[in-house]
Amino acid sequence: MPIKFPFSRRRPGPTDAWTKCPDCEQQVFNRQLERNHRVCPHCGHNFRMSIGERIDLLLDEGSFVERDAGLESVDPLGFFDQKPYPDRLEAARVKTGLREAAVWGTGSVSGRRVAIGLFDFRFMGGSMGSVVGEKIARCFEAALVERIPAVIVSASGGARMQEGTLSLLQLAKTTAPLVRLDAAGVPFISILTDPTTGGVLASFASLGDVILAEPKALIGFAGARVASGTVGEELPEGFQTAEFLLEHGLVDLVVPRAELRVTLGRLLALLPPAAVEEGWDDDERRWGPIGVLSGIAEKLGGAVSETVGLDVEGEPTAGNGRSPERAAEQTLERER
Amino acid sequence: MTELVSSSQAPSAEQADAAWQRVQRARHPERPRTLDLVPRIFDDFVELHGDRLFREDPAIVGGPALLEGRPVMVIGHQKGNDTDSNIFRNFGSAHPEGFRKAQRLMRLADKLGLPVITFLDTAGAFPGPAAEERGQAEAIASSIKLMTGLQVPVVAVVLGEGGSGGALAIGVGDEVLALENSVYSVISPEGCASILWRSPEAAPIAAAAMRMTAEDQHELGIVDSIIDEPGEGAHTDPGATATAIKAALLASLARISRLDTETLLATRYARLRGIGVYRESDVGPRAALDEPSLRRRIGRLLHLPGVPRRPRWSEIWPSGDDNNDSERGA
Ligand SMILES: [Zn+2]
Repeated sequence: MPIKFPFSRRRPGPTDAWTKCPDCEQQVFNRQLERNHRVCPHCGHNFRMSIGERIDLLLDEGSFVERDAGLESVDPLGFFDQKPYPDRLEAARVKTGLREAAVWGTGSVSGRRVAIGLFDFRFMGGSMGSVVGEKIARCFEAALVERIPAVIVSASGGARMQEGTLSLLQLAKTTAPLVRLDAAGVPFISILTDPTTGGVLASFASLGDVILAEPKALIGFAGARVASGTVGEELPEGFQTAEFLLEHGLVDLVVPRAELRVTLGRLLALLPPAAVEEGWDDDERRWGPIGVLSGIAEKLGGAVSETVGLDVEGEPTAGNGRSPERAAEQTLERER
Repeated sequence: MTELVSSSQAPSAEQADAAWQRVQRARHPERPRTLDLVPRIFDDFVELHGDRLFREDPAIVGGPALLEGRPVMVIGHQKGNDTDSNIFRNFGSAHPEGFRKAQRLMRLADKLGLPVITFLDTAGAFPGPAAEERGQAEAIASSIKLMTGLQVPVVAVVLGEGGSGGALAIGVGDEVLALENSVYSVISPEGCASILWRSPEAAPIAAAAMRMTAEDQHELGIVDSIIDEPGEGAHTDPGATATAIKAALLASLARISRLDTETLLATRYARLRGIGVYRESDVGPRAALDEPSLRRRIGRLLHLPGVPRRPRWSEIWPSGDDNNDSERGA
């Protein structure tokens, strides 16, 4: 059901046909940059992407449906620094055409349905306040209810100072649903893009079952300036880059942007949600939670089915259990 | 959306002074620390050490203790009382191994069914290169996640400074208590002032703007109850402070322990999920509006390659000209 976007804006006319690459200082045609997924054709520098460009990069055409677009920030503290927080919000809305720094919705990657959340760093540094936290939490909860993988593409400076500890507690709010995803056997893939720091990295973004990062992306807990300034230590080469994190065992893969969609698709195929026993409830439009091993699902509420078993002797049998592929197939069938 | 422009104002000089006084008390060099209070609150306590992975981090302490004859697990940040002990304790700023030690102790508590009691007193997690190399963000994130799912009662007490992610890493509780002169914030007032006021001297104003006092945190619903301090502050009478904390802990545990595990976890989840203030208008799921441009219409008719069937989301949310943003988070 397509709906008009009252708050979005159409692409303005190109104010400048060229962009200077901050890395190699070459001039790049804007059209060329767009065609090349905003990667510099000369040196491979990754320009930041808008949420719209990310959706086009990662998801099947026409598959994305935005959810909870009506969430809006308010000013719970009456925060005023150089200017009031509501003014900063309004300026960010005008600049980006977004209502907030994050968007979530459902879509598909190579035909596999996912719940996906995405950040835009241009909206107040991609900072996480009440609304961003709420969107991420709802994205995880939708993944849980539908038993589809969750994917978050982060680009954030951290928690939003203008909402004080309400922002800090979003770290816990966005992390709590992950315990339920674990218990239910639903995967979460975290994609870290330039830059991902502070409270977003210190919560869900670091807790992906698989963590992907874009080349040379700045990823760290504290800003590099803080890290060296506070301690007066010499910073190691390539400190807080995606490659640095890979070397230190903190991310799984550094994936060039051109390969990101394919890599994500392969991972989603290899890591489908855990098989569940027959129990699709058409009225509820969801699978009942499973109580394998941990029993945590049971404690978190909801009806719990018997322990799942796979027939190890021969073909997976209906009634006792299903193979993961069969479960994925059936899930896809349901959605068609 | 102009109605969102509220009547927010810059904090007054009086408000800044009052907030700053609280910050100073919370940071008072003689303020009782976790290890000063633990022997006064608990009948027995054995400190356990090490994260079993890398090293012992003295910035976080913990171990089993007896509270009115009942075993509990105690975990807290530990600042020093003088220069030497502060250097040893890294001023209460933990490395990843401190949070991993805390996790290890929480898992033990979970295994044995011991309530977890945590004491928050840190300026923040340590931001140095070594901490980054060993996964500071992951350590904090994992600690938070573990606490949200512990199947035992958890009570967090803010003793002094509740500094950002390093505090929250051991601060997710079924109830959060705070000493009267404690503070709790998303970033240090100095850090906030440097970024938003471009001057660390604006720290008192930032402290007031962030509403970081225990009283404000109580109003915002982050803190459940405030523990009164004796006289001019906890440092004037650590014994009386400990007595007050003990009474608050017992009352809190009495409330939480009544809940069965299922209710406990559901209540904790609901509490965390409910944090945040926002407005929500009813907008249904939105797909991109299929309002084909001339290019797309012609492209479709002639089946031209490279012409998308539907509007692309990058047309709706494009990149802007400027990708630099001085605004940031913490
Ligand atoms: Zn370049």
